[in-house]
Amino acid sequence: MHKKPKKYSVFSLIKNSLTYHENWQPAWRSPEPKKEYDAIIVGGGGHGLTTAYYLAKNHGITNIAIIEKGWIGGGNTGRNTTIIRSNYLWDQSAALYDHALKLWEGMSQELNYNVMFSQRGVMNVAHTLHDVRELKRRWHANRLNNIDCEWLNTHQVKKFCPIINTSPNIRYPVLGATLQRRAGTARHDAVAWGYARGADAMGVDIIQNCEVTDIKISNGNVTGIETTKGSINTKKLGIVTAGHSSVMAKMAGMRLPLESRPLQALVSEPVKPIIDTVVMSNTIHAYVSQSDKGELVIGAGTDGYTSYTQRGGFNIVEDTIAAVVELFPLFSRMKMLRHWGGIVDICPDASPIVSKTHINGLYFNCGWGTGGFKATPGSGWVFAHTIANDEPHIINAPFTINRFSSGELVDEHGAAAVAH
Amino acid sequence: MFLINCPYCGERDQAEFSCGGEAHITRPKNPPELTDDQWADYLFMRKNIKGIQFERWNHSNGCRRWFNVVRNTSTDEIIKVYNIGESPPNINGNNPSTPSGEPIIGSGNISTTFEKK
Repeated sequence: MHKKPKKYSVFSLIKNSLTYHENWQPAWRSPEPKKEYDAIIVGGGGHGLTTAYYLAKNHGITNIAIIEKGWIGGGNTGRNTTIIRSNYLWDQSAALYDHALKLWEGMSQELNYNVMFSQRGVMNVAHTLHDVRELKRRWHANRLNNIDCEWLNTHQVKKFCPIINTSPNIRYPVLGATLQRRAGTARHDAVAWGYARGADAMGVDIIQNCEVTDIKISNGNVTGIETTKGSINTKKLGIVTAGHSSVMAKMAGMRLPLESRPLQALVSEPVKPIIDTVVMSNTIHAYVSQSDKGELVIGAGTDGYTSYTQRGGFNIVEDTIAAVVELFPLFSRMKMLRHWGGIVDICPDASPIVSKTHINGLYFNCGWGTGGFKATPGSGWVFAHTIANDEPHIINAPFTINRFSSGELVDEHGAAAVAH
Repeated sequence: MFLINCPYCGERDQAEFSCGGEAHITRPKNPPELTDDQWADYLFMRKNIKGIQFERWNHSNGCRRWFNVVRNTSTDEIIKVYNIGESPPNINGNNPSTPSGEPIIGSGNISTTFEKK
């Protein structure tokens, strides 16, 4: 056991400033893997880290390793557009995402780590009569599920976000919008680092630069994994590898209902505060917010084919930029600084899989597709429950692999707020 | 983003095409006899390969005809184009070197096609 990490506070900040910030202790250890663990989580992204954190915190299982091929938070956790909201259409999704949103609200305090969670509101804009009907349906569905949601008409949209173009003469005029005020953004890296620090403090081993090369199964039971740092035994194996879930499933001789595709995002040069909310549009496919550094954070769409290259087509970016510029003409001369892609694993019903499998001790948390970041704490919470009890939590019970056999799909294609 | 050599129109930008997903999935011969699990397997379960994948493409903004493509999904390199109805060609020697299928350099940003040029 290592020294308990020191609490971050204004006093520790002052104390460390006296030594030029050269004596901060590392936020987590870098241990060598043990021979055996009670549970192993494959994938050190946000969902994997929260899974280990809540296994330790809620279920008292602390002999855990997180095996990460690269570095923690280096995959989709560090590549998303950081939007957090829970205004989903169906009851099952609403319960899942609102549970996560409630955890976001207390996260910085709980982790003693500033994740810069900012409830600046998320506005979903309607441009056609169909959009208006669809978004109003979601507005009512949200209210029935006790999720805050408001309907704004064009005038109110303009008042809430003055720089938006509400001219009736554009190709897709703004006819209204839903607004969830509790929604917002957070700093994605801080979420990974905060949960890593919290999990490490409870004894979880975070093992980076270690690739899983095989899953050992005997008589239908998981017995361990082979890695680039040797063989590790375990009876409970949780796979949280997002775009690479099918690659892991193949090691267990399984197939999953997933397709992995590139999803792109980009940021502009930093400018002074200009937009203090998140604006999303399904019809013209644009979503934009502004980071605390001042960059516009813009999300594009997925490419229409399987690829693991972490780069997408320029035509996708072009479509998104065209839409953003129509909605915000004042952005037309801004320069884009960086542009990247991540690999998202998309389910046929655009809902995640948080589930046991037919192999004892093998669990999958995947299929979050294009919108997993917002669910980070809630996903780990219910997945930890599933691993600890070998039974799903009531919240993730509708999200098993078996729903593809039973037909009880949770179709969130429309309600995912942007069409991918 | 890449070019696809349509067997009917020649080399065109990928944006002109639509991907029809995994190829060679056979429609069940006796649908009423299938169990729910078998239906799920046919309808939803996919190999989603990182590496050499056989898939269907349609030149949707061109000649609108279907054909099969062999593509390395970890580099987007197209290895072979062949007609619908043909059996999958044998592709040797191009399998990814590590289990997760990473190419030699980076995470897929340099394809072997590029290196040859």
